[in-house]
Amino acid sequence: MTPPRPTFRIVTALAAAVLLASCGADEAPVDETPEQAAPDAATTPPADESSASADAQPALDAFPVTIDTPTGEVVIEERPERIISLSPSATEILFAIGAGDQVIAADEFSNYPPNAPTTELSGYEPNVEAIVGYEPDLVVLANDINEIEASLTALDIPVIINTAPLDVDSGYDGMAALGLATGHADEAAAAVSGMRAAMEDALSAAPQDAQIRVYHELDETFFSASSHSYIGSVYAAMGVVNIADEADTDQTGYPQLTEEAIVTADPQLILIQSQAAYTAEDVAARPGWSQVSAVKNGNIIVVDSDISSRWGPRLPQLVDLVVGALSDIAVPAGR
Amino acid sequence: MMMSTQAPPADALEESAERAFRIRWPAVVGAVTLVVLVVLLSVMQGAGGLPLSGVARSLAGALPGVDVAQTLTPQQQGVLWQIRLPRTALAALVGASLAMAGAGYQGVFRNPLADPYLLGVSAGAGLGAVLALGFGLDLAWGPVGALPAAAFIGALVAVTGSVLVARGSFRDPATLLLAGVAMAALFAALQTFALQQLDQSRTREVLSWLFGRLATQGWQPVSLLLPYAVLAGAVLLVHARHLDVLRLGDDEARALGLRPARSRLVVVAAATLITAAAVSVSGLIGFVGLVTPHVVRLLVGHSYRLLIPLSALVGGAFLALADVGARTLVAPAELPVGVITALVGAPFFCFVLWHGRRDR
Repeated sequence: MTPPRPTFRIVTALAAAVLLASCGADEAPVDETPEQAAPDAATTPPADESSASADAQPALDAFPVTIDTPTGEVVIEERPERIISLSPSATEILFAIGAGDQVIAADEFSNYPPNAPTTELSGYEPNVEAIVGYEPDLVVLANDINEIEASLTALDIPVIINTAPLDVDSGYDGMAALGLATGHADEAAAAVSGMRAAMEDALSAAPQDAQIRVYHELDETFFSASSHSYIGSVYAAMGVVNIADEADTDQTGYPQLTEEAIVTADPQLILIQSQAAYTAEDVAARPGWSQVSAVKNGNIIVVDSDISSRWGPRLPQLVDLVVGALSDIAVPAGR
Repeated sequence: MMMSTQAPPADALEESAERAFRIRWPAVVGAVTLVVLVVLLSVMQGAGGLPLSGVARSLAGALPGVDVAQTLTPQQQGVLWQIRLPRTALAALVGASLAMAGAGYQGVFRNPLADPYLLGVSAGAGLGAVLALGFGLDLAWGPVGALPAAAFIGALVAVTGSVLVARGSFRDPATLLLAGVAMAALFAALQTFALQQLDQSRTREVLSWLFGRLATQGWQPVSLLLPYAVLAGAVLLVHARHLDVLRLGDDEARALGLRPARSRLVVVAAATLITAAAVSVSGLIGFVGLVTPHVVRLLVGHSYRLLIPLSALVGGAFLALADVGARTLVAPAELPVGVITALVGAPFFCFVLWHGRRDR
């Protein structure tokens, strides 16, 4: 719980005019617009501005710190200034908690925020030599692939494995851990409470009792996300019926459905990926789909693939979008 | 009695050939019946869970001059006519194409291990598919999507490469086979490299295609594959006798007035074309092309005149049946059909081999 800091700063980011208010307060931000890129509690200094080093360090940011990670405890001796983030989700979080200017390199898929230092580094096939070449003092990974953690630890480079959370709540812990690790514990706490508030705010508008049948399509081969997946848990919080659940008997989170089952389940809302090579029109034109409710009533919406596949501060935007679509379906008293 | 240098062996050959080439009608009738049964089963079984009477009424209603009351909802009609029937047809057609091509390759290479992917069709098509899916390489023209087009072209490029490496010589199948192995390795490496560069969200789609899946875009893939299957199937059938004679050896074939190299070229071209077309709409479905000809051989002997058409029927039935499994075993989830062909096909093939060897 931090005292409110009534300072507002407007940062104009690259393409989208992104409004980032830094208030660090607990109160719920009101009127979250889809254009807003981060919860109000987050501070994102522009890349050319180094503010963190000038700040007096609060007591919480005293180093060394010990971080609990899924793979054990990691001790970070002093405030990291050369962070490499090989996880797009972690990159978004680091920038949202004000550690952005300590990040010197991010992996090839860290495409947000726009000023993230995206490089050729890979998070899927991490190359120790390429990583060490940047002389990092902290490496954040999504998964320990090819024993990368052991290799880096052997070189005295601390590693934090920031695994993809299975639901929204467990993601907050990762955010707090990254705050502690980078010397931004208070900003992380503020970001967490801001995001919690934004999520509650967005979810409060969901038509919980409407039992709307939803189909989240990952690709043209009818892979879907059930309630056991991260994004599916977000939908579940909206009180929808996820048509992929029936197929996900082993609870992997991402079952492949048969086309027949999808059409027969008659989803009222279909969500497709922004990265997909096809459009809502293409889905509507699929042979045999013309009688599906979502197609008949034009309820096929495109969700940002990045937001729906990584835990991050932009999640409330997606919730707003989907809740809006659900409300539109629920309001006409059809069923 | 005049002794010409050619006639007696030719006569003897023709005679022994004729003996071996008796049409076994029971087998033919059995194969056709099998296909019909599997197609019916496939139409009745699916994840959609359509009522049988409704399906029967809908199918009967499609016949000219038949007028029955329809009991299926419009949604169920859509599932039946736009999803289930096209998929059944596609499975049968792909299975038939791969099995025919497999029989053709086995004849050309006189090698029981030959399968339609021998000369790099799979690796070439795979590379094409990865490039098309992952990098938005757009080779689409007309109604054909980028993926089938790229896979088709990739497959033909790889096989052409194999033939060029072998200096276009069809005199010596072993050289061609080795060239194919090398070309397949090269394309597979390129494919792996391309996969490495892909965005994660795209990788799954590519992998799904590589495992083999029966594309479901209504009747479009069926109409894409059908002309190739008919054309190449006809060429293979016409050349079945050549393959029969080639089994006796190149010198004997020449004695019978055949040009072995040219026959091989034609058969390889037809089999490659049909495989490339099948792969472009269904990805890499293994096992069907390799095993079906052997099963048919154990049933009806070695004559290619019988082997090619029966392989087509049995292969079509096999893949359609495997697809019923893919759609229903874990419904409403789906299994990759390539997994089923191997899971069900391998033990069955082992049994047929064991059984077939017993009375030899």
